[in-house]
Amino acid sequence: MSDQTDLAPSDSRPVVGARSVNIAVYLILLALAALLAWDNWRTGMAWEADGPQAGYFPFYLSLILGAACLFGLFFQLRPQTAAEGGFVNRDQLRRVLQVLVPTVLYCLAMQWLGLYVASFLLIAGFMWIIGRMALWKSLLAGLLFSLIMFVTFDIAFDVIMPKGPLEAFFGY
Amino acid sequence: MEAFGLLLHGFSVLLTFKTLVFMIIGLVLGIFVGVLPGLGGPNGVAILLPLTFTMDPTTAIVMLSCIYWGALFGGAITSILFNIPGEAWSVATTFDGYPMAQQGRAAEALTAAFTSSFIGSLVAVLLITFLAPGIANFALKFGPPEFFAVYLLTFCSFVGLGREDKHKTIISMTLGLLLAGIGLDTVSGQLRMTFGTSELLRGINFLVAVIGLFGISEILLTMEERLALRGHAASISLRVVLNVWKDMPRYWMTLLRSSAIGCWLGITPGGAIAASFMGYNLAKRFSKDKDSFGQGRIEGVFAPETAAHASGTSALLPMLALGIPGSGTAAILLGGLLIWGLNPGPLLFVEHKDFVWGLIASMYLGNVVGLVMVLTTVPVFAAILRVPFSAIAPMIVVSCAIGAFAIQNAMFDVWLMLLFGVVGYVFKKIDIPLAPFTLALVLGNRAESAFRLSMIGAEGDLRVFWSNWLVGSITTLALILLFWPLLHNAYDRLKAFARPAQLPRAPAQSDR
Repeated sequence: MSDQTDLAPSDSRPVVGARSVNIAVYLILLALAALLAWDNWRTGMAWEADGPQAGYFPFYLSLILGAACLFGLFFQLRPQTAAEGGFVNRDQLRRVLQVLVPTVLYCLAMQWLGLYVASFLLIAGFMWIIGRMALWKSLLAGLLFSLIMFVTFDIAFDVIMPKGPLEAFFGY
Repeated sequence: MEAFGLLLHGFSVLLTFKTLVFMIIGLVLGIFVGVLPGLGGPNGVAILLPLTFTMDPTTAIVMLSCIYWGALFGGAITSILFNIPGEAWSVATTFDGYPMAQQGRAAEALTAAFTSSFIGSLVAVLLITFLAPGIANFALKFGPPEFFAVYLLTFCSFVGLGREDKHKTIISMTLGLLLAGIGLDTVSGQLRMTFGTSELLRGINFLVAVIGLFGISEILLTMEERLALRGHAASISLRVVLNVWKDMPRYWMTLLRSSAIGCWLGITPGGAIAASFMGYNLAKRFSKDKDSFGQGRIEGVFAPETAAHASGTSALLPMLALGIPGSGTAAILLGGLLIWGLNPGPLLFVEHKDFVWGLIASMYLGNVVGLVMVLTTVPVFAAILRVPFSAIAPMIVVSCAIGAFAIQNAMFDVWLMLLFGVVGYVFKKIDIPLAPFTLALVLGNRAESAFRLSMIGAEGDLRVFWSNWLVGSITTLALILLFWPLLHNAYDRLKAFARPAQLPRAPAQSDR
């Protein structure tokens, strides 16, 4: 994360082409359609005297989903479909990961530290490390935002959020 | 004039101190999410929905719908001052709004945008006031077959009339319908597609999916594009407001036309986005001075804003009267109604008069208060955009996580939200539309149970969907819409066949 100032040379080489992503998405959805079709076939997809069984609709929906994916695959794999360029380039991917990775870590941390402490860490850390703002600003913003959320949800509106050791220490 | 009496009753429900306070809070939050480029109407409402779980339904829906009005107003601020549409439906506003700001007429453009938004929604609210009770009354006679036919019509019109690739719309819709089916089947009591996990027993919550698809994925996209915010400052003086208002009657035709387009597209699932573009294009086409559009013409702000607001507001009409949302945000509001145990649809007008008329009254009041608020507070909200995105992004992530968790108090939902965020990001980049998915997810179960109840009633006879003229014509219309592109193609070919030697059209004509 050290080379992401505006002065850094931009790296716009595509990481992956749009066509590959299209094909990958169709394949994943096709697998999902097959899995769901199998499961609904097991549940029962017949038409009884008083209408369809529980699995009837989902079964045929999976078939339609599968068919639409096959159509899309066929369309993408035709030789005359020109490659449509990149899906995401290196610069873009790095910026996307700069949000995605902290968000995943945040969700993980939430389970142990509780939502409010994790939120404080996410906001302060993101502003300081990725936004390169002053440390005191980052800490203050994180603290204020988490506190406001705590007061709004847990105290004013009784919407209970996951808690961790810190909240337990204060008796919540 | 029965509607008028009921409306007055609605105002009496509304005019309590508590409701008014939450209304103003809702408007402020709404303008805020409308201004932020990473958020918008549907996301804002979805994220803030948990706040309202412990309120009474009337206060809650008033606050939520005010968030929606606020977001509609807020979208115009960024389009005009920063040339960044805060919402997809404000894209058309940037065409003339931003050039006006560049010429130093930002205040004028903003006043025009806010006022025309106000007029658009006023027309739509009038329509709701006088039309919704009638439609609801009519729909009281609907049985399951009629309801299924209406759901079918909604789904089919998305596939047939949407602009995206058909197979992508179908993928998005079937995926939504399948995910809606996960969990306990309410008709037979069987479990479906749970694969033995207890987390999937509850099913996939609609709002969790929406928060991920619209909130998280939008953050990812905004980061990817790295928006540089450089905008014009603006504050609005009373003199400018009065000048614009004095000029306004000259454009009555544009305003009227855009309102009509907006109302129509809002009720049918076309949405505010299509309405704003159509309003703009038609204003341009009917104008005597076509070339001045795009260079800062005030009419170019009036037209899309009126249409977008009229459509955004009238989208609530089918939601209230039939239980079928006309837009993504209306779908989320419908999700909220279900949480509070209110079943949207014709019975709502009979069983929850206070609620319905309170909501309709809040549309009038919310728009008036909203107009005054945006006119006076533009500089404050424009300043928000100078807050760096790296401070706003993590706060939005936190708000999304709180929203996703609070719906069912489940950590699983937070992970689900994250998954949907990534899915939404990829789908948006490869042009798989998200609106059919959202609609299918919220309507899937209702459509299926309507179908199966009609089957039980008719002992498995499919002819029930053509058993009387009403259900028959809706079903037929739905099928026609579904195959519309094919029919249209066939018709064109027939015509070409009849006149074989016709030359292809000159390309210059097509992009008029």
